[in-house]
Amino acid sequence: MSEETTTAEEALLAEPARPLPENPVLRALFEGYETVGWESSLGQDVAHVPNESWAEFAHAVRGAGFEVCVDVTAVDWMRERPERFEIVANLLSMEHILRLRMTTTAGRIDPSVASLVPVWPGANFAEREAYDMFGVRFEGHPDLTRILMPDDWEGHPLRKDFGVGSVPVQFKESHQVT
Amino acid sequence: MSEPTIESAQITEVLDVWVAGTEEPEFSPTDEGEQEISDHESAARLDEQFGRVVEDDYVFDDGVDEGERMILNMGPQHPSTHGVLRLQIELEGEIIRRTKPIIGYLHTGMEKTGEQLSFSQGGTNVTRMDYLAPFHNELAYSLAVERLLGIEVPPRAAAIRVLLTELNRCSSHLVALATNGMDIGAVSMMIYGFREREQILAFFEKTTGLRMNHNFIRPGGVAADLAPGWKDDVAAILVELPRRIQQYDDLLKDNPIWLARTRGVGVISSEEAIEYGITGPPLRATGVSWDLRKAFPYSGIENYEFEVAVGERGDVYDRYRVRVDEIHESLKIVEQVMDLMPKGDYRVDDRKVTPPPRARIDESMEALIHHFKLFTEGFKVPPGETYVAVESPRGELGCYLVSDGEARPYRIHTRAPSFANLQALPIAMADSLMADTVATIASMDPVMGDVDR
Repeated sequence: MSEETTTAEEALLAEPARPLPENPVLRALFEGYETVGWESSLGQDVAHVPNESWAEFAHAVRGAGFEVCVDVTAVDWMRERPERFEIVANLLSMEHILRLRMTTTAGRIDPSVASLVPVWPGANFAEREAYDMFGVRFEGHPDLTRILMPDDWEGHPLRKDFGVGSVPVQFKESHQVT
Repeated sequence: MSEPTIESAQITEVLDVWVAGTEEPEFSPTDEGEQEISDHESAARLDEQFGRVVEDDYVFDDGVDEGERMILNMGPQHPSTHGVLRLQIELEGEIIRRTKPIIGYLHTGMEKTGEQLSFSQGGTNVTRMDYLAPFHNELAYSLAVERLLGIEVPPRAAAIRVLLTELNRCSSHLVALATNGMDIGAVSMMIYGFREREQILAFFEKTTGLRMNHNFIRPGGVAADLAPGWKDDVAAILVELPRRIQQYDDLLKDNPIWLARTRGVGVISSEEAIEYGITGPPLRATGVSWDLRKAFPYSGIENYEFEVAVGERGDVYDRYRVRVDEIHESLKIVEQVMDLMPKGDYRVDDRKVTPPPRARIDESMEALIHHFKLFTEGFKVPPGETYVAVESPRGELGCYLVSDGEARPYRIHTRAPSFANLQALPIAMADSLMADTVATIASMDPVMGDVDR
């Protein structure tokens, strides 16, 4: 009896319980992927996915009933984190009335991640916007071009090292401009 | 005093304007290059432009007479593109083969601007994104900030928010009906729609001081209480609007010309709508009963009774009907809010978020300090990230907000419904007549301020 409890305790000590969501749909999804971390961010389910299994996990998420890709965007953690870019995809399941946020990271030099367009065609414009604004490449995207800025624009505006800039205002009859 | 020479040199550089008669400076327009449609595209891009990614309803054979093919540019300066939308359309005779929307002409970097403004200033920024539904932008933003702060607004503030957003839905749909009518040729519809919208905007002006871009819904509640006599104004809208909408129905609902121009035009199937992340009336017109107000209720909207308007065919006519039905449903909510309006404070009683009342500033040192700090520094928001979405007149309007613990957002991103819905233009327009283009664009109701941000 006592031996059994010790083995159980040892097992607990050896493998700290990985936090898993309570929702059965999400739980089944996360149990299949050891490397994907789950977090509850202010009550919202977030999946932290390694960059290399981004597309694979996306397929699994789609299979679990998340049929809508609501949004794809990025965050530039220039000084705060070693992996500079965080790519965020917001997913929605109309079937289960459930949301899931998938995040992954990309490094400083030539940041890239697999495209979600083969999984959700609706990710197209959103990924183009993220590429345009952050310079994160989405590998396998059919039409990865700038979308909001003109093609000959230099730089990616929403990066933290992209200056806000200003145009000096010149007032009429100001004594500085004669 | 040896400086002036350098200064004057700089000034001549700034005032370097071309004078007639001298050599003309080189004109450098912005270049859309790769974003434009081309004769030689990859297979994946062609699928996208032909609108056959989800369903292959492509009916053309590739052996088209080259003389019949033509790439037509429409916009960005075109009265029926609802702003500065540019479309490049490949035609075969009169039939559209493929389409490519080109956007960005109204991009003003509002997400970048949002990073420079404090959380209390952010409302003025987001309200200008979707300028036909400013209250929804403010609501999504405020709900996101409040979630990060972990505060709950008083019931009266929530009720005022529902009242204003639902009236805003009516006013936005009225513009959609008006412009949809005008684009198809029912010009009187344009006059009617804007006329009724004016009544709602007058109420907004009385309440918030502004007709548009209100910055009235703020983190922590609303800016002010409803104006005295608001019930009479709302009651007048509730009497007047259904009567007017009956007139629109008399004008359009069974009008053979209207039916011929809208029935079976710009069809989107429910599968396509879901795959492309289309939300709002274009999704519901395909028969999918999906409304964030029912699925993820916000601001106490679950306390009011209303139905979700759905269509069947997903064509322009159904989108028009869904909008009309939604106005009726929104008015139902407005009536309930008017009757059930709770008493109490209209903003949260937390001096770290809401400025103290004006009278307190004269009496209390702390109130003065709080007031000063709030309007210079702003309030700090705990680190974290959140995504909050509301059902705007155009679909799911989401606000993704990241805070690093400072008084300004680290990242503010708006999931714009028009932006996502615009992706569906190629699938809605493929294989249709050129003459239906304008009807299809109008029925998607894109607001370019929302698309480009």
